[in-house]
Amino acid sequence: MKIAIASGKGGTGKTTLSTNLAAYLAEHEEVVLVDLDVEEPNSGLFIKGDLVHTEEKFKMTPEWIEDKCSLCGICQEVCNFHALIQLGTQIMVFPELCHGCYACSELCPTNALPMTPKKMGNLKHFQIGNLSFVESRLDIGEEQAVPLISQTQKYIEKHFQKNTIKLFDSPPGTSCPVIEATKDANFVILVTEPTPFGLHDLSLAVDTIRELKKNFGVVINRFGIGNNDVIDYCKKEKIPILAKIPNSRKAAELYSHGALIYNEIPEIKQQLENIKNYILKLGERGRR
Amino acid sequence: MKIAFTAKGTKWDSMMDPRFGRTKFILIYDEEKDELTTFDNRSIEGEAHGAGPKTAQKLFELNPDILITGNGPGGNAATVLEKTGMEIYIGAGETTIKEAFQAYKKDGLKKF
Amino acid sequence: MKEIVIISGKGGTGKTSITASFAYLGGKDIVVADCDVDAADMHLLLKPDFKISEDFYSGELAKIDQDKCNSCGMCADVCRFDAIPVINGQYIIDPLSCEGCGYCARICPTEAITNESLNVGKSYTSTTKVGSIIVHAKLGIGADNSGKLVAKVKNEAKQIAEKNSSDYIIVDGSPGIGCPVVSSLSGANFVVLVTEPSVAGLHDLKRVYELVKKFKIKAGCIINKYDINTEKSKETIEYLSSENIIHISNIPYDENFTKAMVNGKTIVEHDQGNLKNSLIESWEKIKNL
Repeated sequence: MKIAIASGKGGTGKTTLSTNLAAYLAEHEEVVLVDLDVEEPNSGLFIKGDLVHTEEKFKMTPEWIEDKCSLCGICQEVCNFHALIQLGTQIMVFPELCHGCYACSELCPTNALPMTPKKMGNLKHFQIGNLSFVESRLDIGEEQAVPLISQTQKYIEKHFQKNTIKLFDSPPGTSCPVIEATKDANFVILVTEPTPFGLHDLSLAVDTIRELKKNFGVVINRFGIGNNDVIDYCKKEKIPILAKIPNSRKAAELYSHGALIYNEIPEIKQQLENIKNYILKLGERGRR
Repeated sequence: MKIAFTAKGTKWDSMMDPRFGRTKFILIYDEEKDELTTFDNRSIEGEAHGAGPKTAQKLFELNPDILITGNGPGGNAATVLEKTGMEIYIGAGETTIKEAFQAYKKDGLKKF
Repeated sequence: MKEIVIISGKGGTGKTSITASFAYLGGKDIVVADCDVDAADMHLLLKPDFKISEDFYSGELAKIDQDKCNSCGMCADVCRFDAIPVINGQYIIDPLSCEGCGYCARICPTEAITNESLNVGKSYTSTTKVGSIIVHAKLGIGADNSGKLVAKVKNEAKQIAEKNSSDYIIVDGSPGIGCPVVSSLSGANFVVLVTEPSVAGLHDLKRVYELVKKFKIKAGCIINKYDINTEKSKETIEYLSSENIIHISNIPYDENFTKAMVNGKTIVEHDQGNLKNSLIESWEKIKNL
């Protein structure tokens, strides 16, 4: 059971929902929370556990072997990303720009550019009771988030049972990293705010998720602060609203300290219960 | 000495381009010949990524002794320029080419 | 002409609402550039007329000419992105997986594959409700924001500002710490960092300032919702002074912040109290720096 938690815009409460929902579900179920927002992983500020495993993550990039190179220049010509250039009698490689397409390496007539692993980030695996928490963090300067997201998902695939509930805290936006983070999910939860910005960014996210042909529902955060446009939109588009998390200054204060909120605010706990029931029902339907 | 400038235009009174990778023109002033030559870099606008190294590569071919620019090259471009051994001066993003040159002559620019 | 770029490493700090207020206070003689193209929301407050639009191309996408294809499968073999599945006996490009590396086109023995420029969105030059010019953009699905699009939006804005001899360009910067934000910072005279006093807010402020430092641009900081966690606010202010960042102002937590947005207005149009005053003071301070 894989559930991606996403939002068109940053700062709508995606991480707040992911961490609180994961902790709440883990009171009775086995849960894995995965932070796939590898550029800005923030879930770890709210979930503390024992570090059970850590590993370095690598991507494949070409490495220039001077002795083998005939300086023919084919490599810089085939690279669409300018990840390698020829400078006089030298070839320079920029691993951060490399997409790992292997074209330069495999089209090099003298095999002077073998693909070699280069570190792009770290994966950490924590455990606290029923809750496993896995986060990946991209090294500063790395521009490609997608390979790290994809490898993190492989790690989850390998180490957890199929029917364990898996929550993926996805990157914001509607571009490649979000698509990578949500494309294997059984269900997507879109988090939004009941405001014009929230609605605008939600509608972009909905277009993206529909393009991926995913089942999805909406959670409205800071409910009460804005207007009814998001609700009207969801009705019109026949999108289920899983929960309405009330606006609360106290929630913002708890969040600012890096604390979980659901135990302090009963109304929020109730909304998490709604989401939980929805998810468990989905799981049953999936097994049948 | 050959001095390179990142520029928005092609004349002494053209404005400097503060950007390195996406600079519109590269101007080279050859002090001995007292000659200002222009290299059009506008094709770089078509590139989504990797503009810095690409412009640096062009500069490598032009091989000036000194580069005068605004913000300074980014990490990737800086690595390329390091190989060329040219001296880089920054902080001349908002002036004309002429003013940037004068500032350099009076040691008024910061070394990168 | 002074170019002021407003950024925040983290989403949801109120950056766009604050930027739109400055744009409103700047009146008709400024130029606005919305470089936050992933979540381009400023138009919801400034109500531009979307008068001039232009298609925007970035990157490439492979395309297979089925008449020329002999189904040898070499393209699918070399593709590292699993972007060429076989559907109903035909090799098809999956546009969401294709990275546009061009490897398949290069090795196709029958030259059936070409690389096409990818239309990823539109850019606009519009007049806002206060009469100023805004340059903004809209990205298509799955399209990546890039330095290229940001550079285009900023360039347009600069050219207009030069032509009109505008005093200020106000730029709503891109999020994150990658290529787009680098492009939004490039050429700026002053950077305004918008943050909030939370564990995540401070964490992301530090990350994005590392980037600003590289550009050696003078920076100031606005702490939004400063009273939500006064301890963190204090910690943030200490960080600012240690880095020589100008502490521009504190903005209180106030639901009018959101209510203005709900009414499609900038804060300074909607609010009549402290909130409005703190924004006017912030803008005056930035102008006079």
